[in-house]
Amino acid sequence: MNVADFDTPELHEYPLIPKLKEGVMAHSKPYVAKPQFQEALGFPGELVDNWEEKALEKLDDLRGRYRSLQVYLDSCVKCGACTDKCHYYLGTSDPKNMPVARQDLLRQVYRRYRTFAGKYFPKLVGAKDLTRDVLDDWYSYFHQCSQCRRCSVYCPYGIDTAEISMAAREIMDSIGVGQKYCNEIIGKAGTIGNNLGLPEPALADTLEGLEEEVEEDTGVPVKFPLDQKGAEILLVTPSADFFAEPHVDGLIGYAKVFHEAGVSWTMSSYASEAANFGMFIGSYENMRDLSMRVRKAALDLGVKRIVFGECGHAWRVAYSFLNTLAGPFDFLDPNYPVPQHICEFTYDLIQKNKLKFDKSENDHMTLTFHDSCNVARASRMGDKPGGQFDIPRAIIRAVCNNYVDMPADYIKEATFCCGGGGGLLTDDLMELRVKGAQPRMEAYKRVVDDNGVTNVAAICAICKSQFTKVLPYYGFGMTDIVSVHQLVSEALILSDAPSDEEDEATETESEA
Amino acid sequence: MSALSVTYAILFYAATLLLVVGLVRKIALYARTPAPLKIPTTPAPVSRSGVVMRMVHEVVLFTSLFKATKWTWLFGWLFHLGLLLVLLRHLRYFQADTWFWVDLIQPFGKYASFAMIIGLLGLFARRIFVDRVRYISSPSDYLMLLLLIAIGVSGMMMTFVAHTDIVMVKAFFLGLLRFTIEPLPGDAFLLVHLTLVALLMIIFPISKLLHAPGVFFSPSRNQVDNPREKRHLAPWAAELEK
Repeated sequence: MNVADFDTPELHEYPLIPKLKEGVMAHSKPYVAKPQFQEALGFPGELVDNWEEKALEKLDDLRGRYRSLQVYLDSCVKCGACTDKCHYYLGTSDPKNMPVARQDLLRQVYRRYRTFAGKYFPKLVGAKDLTRDVLDDWYSYFHQCSQCRRCSVYCPYGIDTAEISMAAREIMDSIGVGQKYCNEIIGKAGTIGNNLGLPEPALADTLEGLEEEVEEDTGVPVKFPLDQKGAEILLVTPSADFFAEPHVDGLIGYAKVFHEAGVSWTMSSYASEAANFGMFIGSYENMRDLSMRVRKAALDLGVKRIVFGECGHAWRVAYSFLNTLAGPFDFLDPNYPVPQHICEFTYDLIQKNKLKFDKSENDHMTLTFHDSCNVARASRMGDKPGGQFDIPRAIIRAVCNNYVDMPADYIKEATFCCGGGGGLLTDDLMELRVKGAQPRMEAYKRVVDDNGVTNVAAICAICKSQFTKVLPYYGFGMTDIVSVHQLVSEALILSDAPSDEEDEATETESEA
Repeated sequence: MSALSVTYAILFYAATLLLVVGLVRKIALYARTPAPLKIPTTPAPVSRSGVVMRMVHEVVLFTSLFKATKWTWLFGWLFHLGLLLVLLRHLRYFQADTWFWVDLIQPFGKYASFAMIIGLLGLFARRIFVDRVRYISSPSDYLMLLLLIAIGVSGMMMTFVAHTDIVMVKAFFLGLLRFTIEPLPGDAFLLVHLTLVALLMIIFPISKLLHAPGVFFSPSRNQVDNPREKRHLAPWAAELEK
């Protein structure tokens, strides 16, 4: 185990920028992927002999394919605007977690071998040879970036560290040093259809259980259809929604909304995963392979629309990349966006007054909303810029009476990552996850202390899992985290539910 | 024709050539390299005109930097604004008959040099005193600021302390434009100023000054947020579909 003992960072009343502590997170590394998982994705099984040369070749290849990488390697002026923006730097104090310093781990090599100044005056411009130490730094620190893009908001040139860390991870994969967590998951999603490796019978069984549970609870036969040909809507949702808490409560919420809307819908056992870990390792090809599953499922089932469940990076891939990777989607109904977010779907119904809520069902909670990083800074909902901020909030306000935003500097486009995104949601990175959550926890504590907030709602499977794990480290309850559609589910009045009188009648009968 | 004039004529021809060729090559590289995925940092404009507005705000007001750190924004903006006015003022050395507005801004251009120097000193101070910025600085980051400060100060010396014969300077540069070599005054401040300017022109395309063209090619800023409405496919990605 490389999990060291560590102290949970303190939460301050006002955020502090920590003093630099060099190298304190150098030990933080995820497990390395085994050869069989590497090879399954088309990467070498282990570190190749001429890895320095191969790494530079891959760097050149990526520079030729991605304008972002080439421009971002050249344009940084070291102004320092990003230095205090990364939650991992704020939580760990390690200077290599400052976005510019993280980028420089790759940039110093680019400079040394591919620029005039770096070739002839390496010391002057901070260029470095590609050595084993540099590779070790890459492995440590490019796996301490959740690709949340907060730094890109503040960079005067829009330099996005996510682009650099994706490239670095792809270079490492291409020389045989992959990350176990991501690559095993991509393998599972690519063969079985979801990150958890749940086969069709297990899914069917789970969904059947949910149907029974909901019917028992509400008296309404809400369906959770799987592989139903000819359904209007294909729902693609993170596989955590099938069983993890509070994710599954969100799934129940989607099902109730579909039920109430009176639309036919289905999930697919072939494409039973919304998340696309191909993005985390920067691999266009792997990201495309996983996206093609959604296309195939939509075609095979003959659906007219595709709706995505609550998941952050998944929504980025769906919103921004799906049309590119797996399109065109001209076989779907052009009256709806492809794909659509479940929040957009629910919001439309609320706008049209088609859903009835009893807000008091959520009165035991005072809520705040955690903008998930990739929804906030890498996607949109609705047709206006910023819809990704307004729509989830509008839904929460429609279904509950007590809502408070966290301080303005820590929400919307300035939101802090939960600390577990980008392929870091693995136990071997627990120290990093806890420390990286510090800024988010600090903002949460502000509204807990000042406004009596009791729960935080999120629309990302990773955020939900990460919060469940890290909230207790900071003295909060692990169940403080709720799904937005869990709130919808609680408050939604199903129009075909048996009335209270009928309920009482049955009770009386049974008593008699 | 003195050796001095010939030396500086050659220096400026060479510096101009390196600057132009270097920049054109880089810009061509940026323009040719595909951006295969839509990656605007959202909330982003949903139309081309919105993107133009976003870029204008970025380039003129340094909007993102303003959100990030007020001190860096203040010094950075002062420096760039000062530099712009000073450069515009220098147009008069390259025109036989100056445009009226170039005459008009002369006094502003003169005093803008103070803004420029204050900005540069502020940025230099941040590099030394803020531990985070010190950590990320290489020798070249300090040298670049020193170079700009030296160019500014040597120029200000000629404006405010020891005047040089600007009629001769103008004749020299107009001469260069017509490929003839006119005499250049031998004043120390002028020669220092011109040498450093030529040096700056030479290192521009191989240094971090590439942020100037780079900002216009940054996909997170210059892309329209319309991936659901319009399919965006790079040529190499289209190959995968075959």
